[in-house]
Amino acid sequence: MNHPALEFTEVTCSFVTPDGNHYTAVRDVNLTIGDGEFVSVVGPTGCGKSTLLNMSAGLLSPSKGTVKVFGEELTGLNKRAGYMFQAEALMPWRTAIANVSAGLQFAGKPQNEVKEMAEHWLARVGLRGFEDRYPHELSGGMRKRVALAQTLIMDPDIILMDEPFSALDIQTRQLMENEVLDLWAQKKKAVLFITHDLDEAISISDRVVVMSAGPASHPIGEFVIDIARPRDVAEVRVTPRFIELHNAIWADLREEVLKGYENQRNKVKA
Amino acid sequence: MKNSSILQSKTKLTACQLLLLVVIFFFWWLMTKPGLIPPFVFEDDNQAAFFFGEPVQICQVIWDWFFVNLEIYPNLAVTLTETVLAFVFGTVAGLIVGLWLALAPTAAAILDPYIKGLNSMPRVILAPIFGVWFGLGIGSKVALGITLVFFIVFFNVYQGVREVSPNVLASARMLGANKSQLLRYVYLPSATSWVFSSLHSSVGMAFVGAVVGEYLGSAMGVGYLILQAESTFDINTVMAGILVLTFCALILDLIVSFAEKYAMKWQPKGGQSEKL
Repeated sequence: MNHPALEFTEVTCSFVTPDGNHYTAVRDVNLTIGDGEFVSVVGPTGCGKSTLLNMSAGLLSPSKGTVKVFGEELTGLNKRAGYMFQAEALMPWRTAIANVSAGLQFAGKPQNEVKEMAEHWLARVGLRGFEDRYPHELSGGMRKRVALAQTLIMDPDIILMDEPFSALDIQTRQLMENEVLDLWAQKKKAVLFITHDLDEAISISDRVVVMSAGPASHPIGEFVIDIARPRDVAEVRVTPRFIELHNAIWADLREEVLKGYENQRNKVKA
Repeated sequence: MKNSSILQSKTKLTACQLLLLVVIFFFWWLMTKPGLIPPFVFEDDNQAAFFFGEPVQICQVIWDWFFVNLEIYPNLAVTLTETVLAFVFGTVAGLIVGLWLALAPTAAAILDPYIKGLNSMPRVILAPIFGVWFGLGIGSKVALGITLVFFIVFFNVYQGVREVSPNVLASARMLGANKSQLLRYVYLPSATSWVFSSLHSSVGMAFVGAVVGEYLGSAMGVGYLILQAESTFDINTVMAGILVLTFCALILDLIVSFAEKYAMKWQPKGGQSEKL
């Protein structure tokens, strides 16, 4: 039997805040991501989406419940996952190519092989000729591409993405989304994609999971996106099925977004 | 166009700087030359020259040191050796201890009051003790210099390691870096930028250690030359020694700047656009 790539069973994660209170980010989460499946998680701000991702990566351990990776319980870092962060995570002292080759270098691969692979991956994300640029010499979109190549060169079985394109303008963003889809279609890895952008989630995923507003958030709805692939993220947005799905998911999400907004407003007042 | 305009402004800048130097020396000469202008602070015509030295005489002393009696070379060599040794050992020690304590919180917590205590102690006071321990040769001066340099580098590295971006760190871990790889490829390069920002002050401190050490007891070095001249109230020689030391400190700082430019080329610089 095939094990799912990621399996959350009754997972709760709470933190102790600096003033001694307990904050429960997510509670009783049950979530399964199949091998080769592209799953997006959407939800209002502060709903513990990143917590979910950090637990998948093994950077955080759940307070209760288990996270299984291909059937095995996760302890320590998730070696089979690649993580693309929301914030800048490139090493600023390394050139684009050195950043892309970092993972293979850590794994102790021979130097010429590493160089060849890194060149190949940089070309694949459209950055041929930018090998020797430092991150600060690249635009935001280019840096995201380097980060993408840095993650994918390791050929992870699970790709974790935390709002990777939220800082990009809409055009660059759609380009990047299409590129991710292309790369994903070739290898069919499991992807857990976190976003607050419903359009983005529907246009690229197989399945969209809606989280409730925090604290103690949990999935409240799942929608299978039955739009045929290959898709173009820009074109798919005007198809009737997309609009139908969008309305259905938004009906669920809307209430949570308002709740989340209300919670945060109360917090400010209090 | 771009290159020539930068070149022009650079030459202009250097010209202005040199002009300022000439003005200062001219003013100095004007105020101290006996018999040139009537004394208005001192009672006697020669007193200004006695207290402040005379630029022309000072240049004469420097000229003699470098080209006539060649007295400066062995002394300068000693002082510079002490400076470089103190600088290198102090920096390496500061780097190693800084990395260690930043990555070992328990040890850092235990040693914290000791480090703070040692750092607030006026360390120049240790010079006589080092003289007793290491003799009057270069050893005692290097030791003094190390105590001065160490803490500057140490605090910067300590701070630098603790301020490594958590994202970069998590990313490197997800890419499979083990502990020693994290140290070598993440902590060390990140701390290097902090080290370089401290090197300018620490090279000066190494110099201070060497000269103060010599001044408090030695048989060689520029500090020793100054001490000797002072004991005979030869203010011109004292000033000449100070000028030579200043010039050497400037050159050392320039070398650090060059190294920094090379090692820190990954850091963004402001206003890098070009004019076409």
